[in-house]
Order: sequence, then C-alpha cells, then structure tokens
Amino acid sequence: MGLKPTPYGTAIPFEEKELKFVGKNPTERPDAIEKVTGRARYAADYSLPGQLFGKVLRSPHAHANILSIDTSAAEALPGVKAVVTMDDFPDLEVEIAAAGELMVNFRDVTRNVMAREKVLYDGHPLAAVAATSNAIAKRALKLIKVEYEVLPHVIDVVEAMQPDAPILHEDQFTKGVDPKPEKPSNIATRIESKLGNSEEGFKKADVIIERHFNTKAAHQGYIEPHACVANYTEGGYAEVWTSTQGHFVFRSQIAKILKMDLAKITVTPAELGGGFGGKNTVYLEPLAIVLSKKSRHPVKMVMTRDEVFRATGPTSGTNTKVKIGATKDGKITGAQAELNYQSGAFAGSSLSMAAVTVFTRYDIENILVIGHDVTCNRPKVAAYRAPGAPMIAFGVESVIDELAEKLEIDPIEFRLTNAAKEGTQTHFGPKLGPIGFVETLEAAKASEHMKMPLGPNQGRGIATGFWFTIGNETSSTLNIAEDGTASFVYGTVDVAGGSRAVFTQIVAEELGIPLESIRVVQSNTTSLGFNFTTAGSRGTAAGSMAAVKASRDAVARMCDIAAKIWDVDIDEVAWEDGHARPAGANVGDFDPLSVADLAKKAAYYGGTIAGHAELNVVGGGPGFGTHIIDVEVDKGTGAVKVLRYSVIQDAGKAVFPDYVKAQFHGGAVQGIGMALNEEYIYDENGIMENPGFLDYRMPVASDVPNIDTIIVEVPNPNHPYGVRGIGEVPIIPPLAAIANAIHDATGIRLQDHPMSPPKVLKAMSEL
Amino acid sequence: MRYEAPTSVEAATELLAGGKPEARVLAGGTDILVQMHMDAIAPELLVDIKNISEMRQIESLDDGYRFGAAVTGVELMDHANFCRTWPGVMDGVKLIGSLQVRGRATVAGNVCNASPAADSVPALIAAGAIATIAGPNGRRDIPVEDIGTGPGKTSLENGEILVSFFLAKARPSSGGAYQRFTPRTEMDIAIVGVGIDLTLGDDGVCTHARVALGAVAEKALLVEEAAATLIGTKVDEQALDNLAAAASAACRPIDDKRGTKEYRIEVAGVLARRVAAIALSRAKSAREK
Repeated sequence: MGLKPTPYGTAIPFEEKELKFVGKNPTERPDAIEKVTGRARYAADYSLPGQLFGKVLRSPHAHANILSIDTSAAEALPGVKAVVTMDDFPDLEVEIAAAGELMVNFRDVTRNVMAREKVLYDGHPLAAVAATSNAIAKRALKLIKVEYEVLPHVIDVVEAMQPDAPILHEDQFTKGVDPKPEKPSNIATRIESKLGNSEEGFKKADVIIERHFNTKAAHQGYIEPHACVANYTEGGYAEVWTSTQGHFVFRSQIAKILKMDLAKITVTPAELGGGFGGKNTVYLEPLAIVLSKKSRHPVKMVMTRDEVFRATGPTSGTNTKVKIGATKDGKITGAQAELNYQSGAFAGSSLSMAAVTVFTRYDIENILVIGHDVTCNRPKVAAYRAPGAPMIAFGVESVIDELAEKLEIDPIEFRLTNAAKEGTQTHFGPKLGPIGFVETLEAAKASEHMKMPLGPNQGRGIATGFWFTIGNETSSTLNIAEDGTASFVYGTVDVAGGSRAVFTQIVAEELGIPLESIRVVQSNTTSLGFNFTTAGSRGTAAGSMAAVKASRDAVARMCDIAAKIWDVDIDEVAWEDGHARPAGANVGDFDPLSVADLAKKAAYYGGTIAGHAELNVVGGGPGFGTHIIDVEVDKGTGAVKVLRYSVIQDAGKAVFPDYVKAQFHGGAVQGIGMALNEEYIYDENGIMENPGFLDYRMPVASDVPNIDTIIVEVPNPNHPYGVRGIGEVPIIPPLAAIANAIHDATGIRLQDHPMSPPKVLKAMSEL
Repeated sequence: MRYEAPTSVEAATELLAGGKPEARVLAGGTDILVQMHMDAIAPELLVDIKNISEMRQIESLDDGYRFGAAVTGVELMDHANFCRTWPGVMDGVKLIGSLQVRGRATVAGNVCNASPAADSVPALIAAGAIATIAGPNGRRDIPVEDIGTGPGKTSLENGEILVSFFLAKARPSSGGAYQRFTPRTEMDIAIVGVGIDLTLGDDGVCTHARVALGAVAEKALLVEEAAATLIGTKVDEQALDNLAAAASAACRPIDDKRGTKEYRIEVAGVLARRVAAIALSRAKSAREK
C-alpha cells in the first residue's frame, strides 16, 4: 500500500439490485481460446525486425566489491553490438515510491538492475550484452573480466541482525530507533504497532503460549520468466513490450532510472504468464532500452529459470515470535508478535504490511507488534500474494490452535469467540467496517468437510487469513462503435485472474447489452490515463469501479443524444435495459432507442459515444477466509499427503463465481506448496543451490487434492456491486492449517518451515 | 556442433572413437538436451542412435528378454508381456520423468546418465540385468551394477556404446519391485530408491534375492548383505527388520539440497521393508499361477 489515503478518492456506494450478468458464470472467457491454443502473445513471443538478443552477466558471489569491469574483449567479439555496465546508468538519489504493495527506493532500484559499488547477492547483474544471437551474447559474457574483492556475507535473517554480522550497506542506520544508532546495521527499520497494553492483557490470562517460528524464502514461481523487447527510436523515444503487472508503474520506474520524460516512453503489457506480485518491479527493461539505444537495434531479453530464481522476487524468509494469552473460557486478553523479515539486498520487505495483518482477524484489546526489516545477501524480495502475511499467520494461527487445544475448546469456536466484526478496533488504526469473517467461520463449521471421518495417521487443521483490498489510480475508456458494439479499454493489467471476462460482465450489466457485443482490450501507457499496478487484490475491485464509472458516463451521453433526438430535457430520458426511454408518461410517446440506434445517430448529435473513468478508487473491502485441511502423515518417511481441502472466503460479491473459486484454488495451492517443500537453499558461500523447478519443489498436480470452496458474500458498502478483493487471502492460511493438521495427526507441532518429510520424521522421532 | 545419425552399431562406435573428446550419444535427449540448454555440456559431436534398428527392438527370446538402447520408456510400458514378466523393472521405468518425458527417454540413457538416483537402475540391478556394450574392440557383456561408477561417470571406455539389455528368463515363483521416496509425488529425484527381486521355494522360503539401493551412495549399490537377510526366511517381520537394518547400514549418502544423510539412511530401511513386501506378494501370486 504505502500511499497516503486521499480525501478526494472515489467510492461508488453499493446498491442492491437485480442482476442479469454479474454473479453468473459466462460461458466464454475472452482470453481462453488464445491461451489454450498457444496463440496468446506473451512478452517473449514479441519480435521486431533487426532485433538483437540481450543477456546479463550476473555476480557469482554473494557479497563483493567490484574493483574493475573490463568489457573490451566482449565488445570485440563479432556479432556483439553493445555492452552496458553501471557507467551507462545515472546514479540516483534516495526517492521512495509505491510499486504494487511494496515501496521502492530509486537509489536501490538502479543498483538492483545494475550493480554499482558492490554485488550484494548471487545473481546480481553487473553487465549486459546485446548481440546478433543468444549464443554470441552468452559467449560475450564469458569475455567480460570482473575483478572482485569478495566480502563476508550473511544469508540468515537472525544472523544478519547480530551486531557483528557482515554489513551490506555502511550508510544504513536503523530507522525507527531513537536516538539514531551510531553504527550501521542490517536492520533497516524497526516498526511498532500497539493497542492497549499487552503486558496488562497477559495478567488477565489463564493460559499464555509463546512460540518462535522460522520460514524460508519462497518464490512466486510464475511459469513465465521475465521477458521484454525494447526499441529506442530516433528522437529519444522508447517502446517496450514486457511482462508486467503494471505498465504505468514500469513506465515511471524506467523514466526515473534512465532520466527520461514519461511521455517519451510507451510500455505495452503482454499477456501475463503469472506474476503474483513478482512482476511489479523492472529488472530487464532499463537494460534492454540502453542496449537498444547503444546498438540502434531493438533488443529482446528473456530470463532463464535460473536467473528468475537467483535475481527476482522471492518473498521474505522470516523469524517470528508470537505470544498470546487467553482466559479459560477462551477470550484472548493480550497478544504480542515480533516479526523479523528479510528484505534481501536492499531495504523494504513486506514487513509494514505483514505487521498490520498479524492479529487483525481477532478482537483483542491489548496488542504489541514489533517488526524489523533486515537486509541480507539475497535477491531483493518482491511482493508475493498477500506479501508477508502467510508467514506471520503460520505463527499466530498455530498458537491459536495450541491455545484452543490447551483450553479444550473447538478451534472454530475459539476463533468465533474472538472473531473481528464490524466495529472492531484494529491495532494499526482504523475500525473495521462490515466484514464477513464470522460468516466464513460459521460456514466452515457447517461444511460437509467437517463431517468427514478421519482415519489413522490423519488429522484436520483450521486456519484463517485477512488481507486488504487497495484502490488507487484507475482509468478506463468505453467506446461505443457506430454499430452499437462496445470496446472497453482497461489499464489494470489482467494478471491472468480473468479481468477481461469480469469487465465484460460489468459493462453488459450497466449498459444492458449482451456480453457478445462487448470487447475488452488491454491498454498500453499511451491509450489511457495512469493506472496503478494490479496489486493488493485490486484488479476486479478497482477495475470494475472504473468500468461502472465509464459505463455510466457513456449512458449519460446516450441519454443526451436521445434527449436531442426527441427534443426533450435530458432528465426526461431514462436508461433501462439497454435502451433510452421516456422517463414518464408526460414526456411524450417515443419509441425506445437502443444503443445501436443511438450510435448510428451520434455523429449528428454531437459526436461519438464514449465514457471515461479517471479515478483514485478508495473504499476497498477487506477480505477474510477460513481454511480446513485434512492430511495423512506417513510415519515411516514423514511425508504429508493432503487429503481434503476447503477454502471458505468472503468475496463481497462474486462477479464471476467460477473465477473466484479459481483464485481460491490458486492461492491454496501456492500455500500448500510453500508449506510442504518450497524453500531457497544456499551453500556456505551464499550461492543458491536450487535455482530450478527440479529442486525448488513446487507442488505438481498430483500433490494437491480437489479443493472445495464456499463463497461467502457480505457486500462491500463502498463498491457498486459490493465487490471485495479476493486474490490474496487464500494463500495466507495454508501454512498454519497444514501445521495444525499435522499436529492433529501426529501430536507434533512444527515451527520450522517448510514442513518437509525430514523435518516431520525428525519431530515424530523426538516426540 | 556436428550431428550424426548412423544406422549401425559399428558406425556409431567408429564415430565415437573418432577422437573427439566432447562426443555424446543421443537417444531420447531428455538429459543431454537439458544439459546443453543449461550450458552444463557443449558437445562437439552428437551421435543419434535412434536409426540403428538393433537398438530399437524389444525381443522375446527363449532364454529371456533383450531390449535395445534406443527403446523408449513408453515402448516398454506398451509391451504387455514384458510388463507382466518384469513388474519390478517397470516400477522403475514408470518413474523416469513424466509420461511425456518417457515418450522420448530410454532406459539406456537413464543408466548411462549415471545419476546415482536414476530410477530404472536399482530395479535393473535387482532383476540381474546384463548390458551389452559395443566398442572398437568388439562386444562385451557386463552387469548393470558395473556401469555407473560415480555421478555422471560410467565404466564405458572411449568409443564404447551401450547396445542393449538382457534379462534372463525369470525364475518361477519370483517377484520384483522398486519404489523411491521423493517429497513430491512426481517430477522429482529420488532421495532413496530401493529395488528388490526375490524367489520363493515351494515351501515359501526365499531361495534367492537381490537388493539394490539408489541415491544413497555415489552410484546405485547392489547390497548382498541385505539380500542375505531374506534368503532362507519366509520374509517375515523379523526378516524385514533385518533387511531394513542391513539396507540402512549399506548407505553411504551425502548431505545435499535433496536430503540429509541421516534421513536417507533411515528412509532406505523403511522403503526396503515396503519394497520387499511388494516383491513377496508378486512372487506369491507368480507361484499361484
């Protein structure tokens, strides 16, 4: 989030009405056929005449001073057209900006795309080459001579926090500590969030449980590696086709890094092969533009999977402490948490967001949350679906489960006793509005899943999650063609969640025309006003608000045309069911005019029909979910098999229910993978040992059972259709749900992630 | 890079013996091409063996089965009689890569890639498979356990090529099985693999057994001490306990990103018990037929 709330934002209030399209599953998904036939164009599918191939030279060290870089031999290799290093990029001052859910500092962003003084992680870029083939580019990389002075490195978050740890940034003094520390530290920031007095709260408790948890870094694991094509043209213009969740934010970042005017840069988002927060920041684009400028050719760059793992966005590895106290009748009286989050090579993890989600599912009077954002010699972390929340939910929901067990209270009942509802004071500021958390717990309790019997070595776990929905700048245009068909141009990148289908439904509902008459088209950065990145679960929520506004704008224009045709006042025209009609009996006896009728005559009556939205959307409805999981633990090997899984979540309003379910599935699957086997593994030199899907073990289809879903709908009062963001909540509960289920099956409580077979087997042997 | 697709074994060995140090044999390509893409190898010569008809055959002979080095996993899976005769070998073959990968991948490639974790290798060793090797000096037969010598290394000499595997006619009342442990259900590399073949006498006492372990040493191991725990028993609980202990004792694994030493040693025993139980039940049902 990171943006200040605006008093000038737009929230269109919820209106209960009969719906024709919204809430029903359309039979066609606009992007489906192209995707399944392989015709959809992803960034790596774009090619321009005369294009070169760009490759990046990356650091083989976790931490080293760069003494010298000699590119002369690479430049002399036939076929090499340009080589760039830090000397081709201006140094930048400290300047903070929002990029999706995380904030970025341009001084660091420029150092992350191209190392300057030091390399700070295995995979850190320090030169790039453009050549006539990939093979030549790769050969050229081997000819670049770099002299390093290898420095001691630090990978682990707790080790990085120690006073004698190797320091990444000599100019980094812990912020949020008064007075300013005298010595630099890897702890970039200390934050605190407080409500009441937690120590006093603990005094009222009959049972207090305190546990420490550790989680390893996990990658978003999008199937599509980062890729782009850039063309720097005469006159100083840059065109980029790229894999992004936010083309406008990419344009801003490119403009800053290359000191260019925004209007001289056009960024076109290609079809996205997954992002999950990892495609909110530029990596290749500035390099490709500068290579193009130097070589005077278009340049295409595509990362390998190895590069994706070593140099792009994992989520933070964490070390956390959770302490919760409750009375014997199950009321939580006080809670504390400490969150130590890796930010990677540069400051700025998801800590600030994770910190506000810690206890927000519960109505607790006394809370203390302390957090540290910690730099270490790893790739700079990026947002990953509810950034930071799964890791702290692992701790909180595990301790909640343990408290419920100790107090002999059913885990759902325990949560119901303490559940946040409308009016609950959060520990980070606002009181909660109408939310559907209790409804998800009640639905879980009543679900078929809870009635399923469990066999030997099987166990059931419950956990819950909360995440925001952000709003932000959202622009779109609805153009009505002369034949009455409509094209809706949107700027919130469809991150493969299905925005195009959803916007089609919204426009159809607003205009009263069939789905088939509407085509929804992705904008580039010149065809619309600014749109913030598709992040913070805002794609459908904010994007559909702009679709409503643009539709209503076009309807007003169509009513204006009807008024002119009938020669009546515009208030005497009503819009109903896709037609302009006289507002009442006394207006006159006019036949209703369809969109097609009006479109045909629009030119004469003043010009083309269009509607616009240029909004800063506010009023995003927070989302809550409850997960139930059944596992079976193999006592001989420690392998955990997921038998059954249910996701129950408040969607506010499910515009396209099958897609909402797909989001629930996707989040749960990523959470299951993260819980069981996914982890970054480093050797003693700080080199990543598993930069590929063979050894970075994301789940395959057969690792995951069928996932049941229950959609709860408690409308968001600040959205015309009651929509809440739903994409991020479902990744939050799985870690804790699985840990709780493993406990139910075996009696062990795991506090170290991932819950891989060796850890489970060892814990069982120590029981 | 030069690509050659000879049509005879002799032509292939001639190419391989030609003095190019960076020559590789290409069968399914599921290891070689991946290694080339990852810049792990850069061969100057690729010798494709898929046009050599001798290497494409699955032959049912009087004294057993012979299948060529270019026979794919799916071709074996589609051969009903072979599958019925050698279920243990097929347990291993069916775990190589994914179905798509097995459509290209060959057992010979799995053996010659010389990964200590290769799934078909312990299964072949347990089954007593013999490999026929051709080279500049003619042909020789060696047991599969003598091929791999360490990660990525084989005992094949310069210019030599694996031509085919021979599996001697199975003894009556015998059964084989292979299982591996991986954290994922598929598309993963064995942390431990166990292949066991055993033969029962008329009284149900085990008369012959072979136990092979994968992924617990620098190469797949034939563990005679583990086989000895079964021979002369009815493969009862006590025998299985002894088997598990012997299997664990034979492990000399490393700690790596795929698993710890301690874990591999323990799971080798657990898996050996499970595999022996399957081999036993297959042997019993073979006896009933």
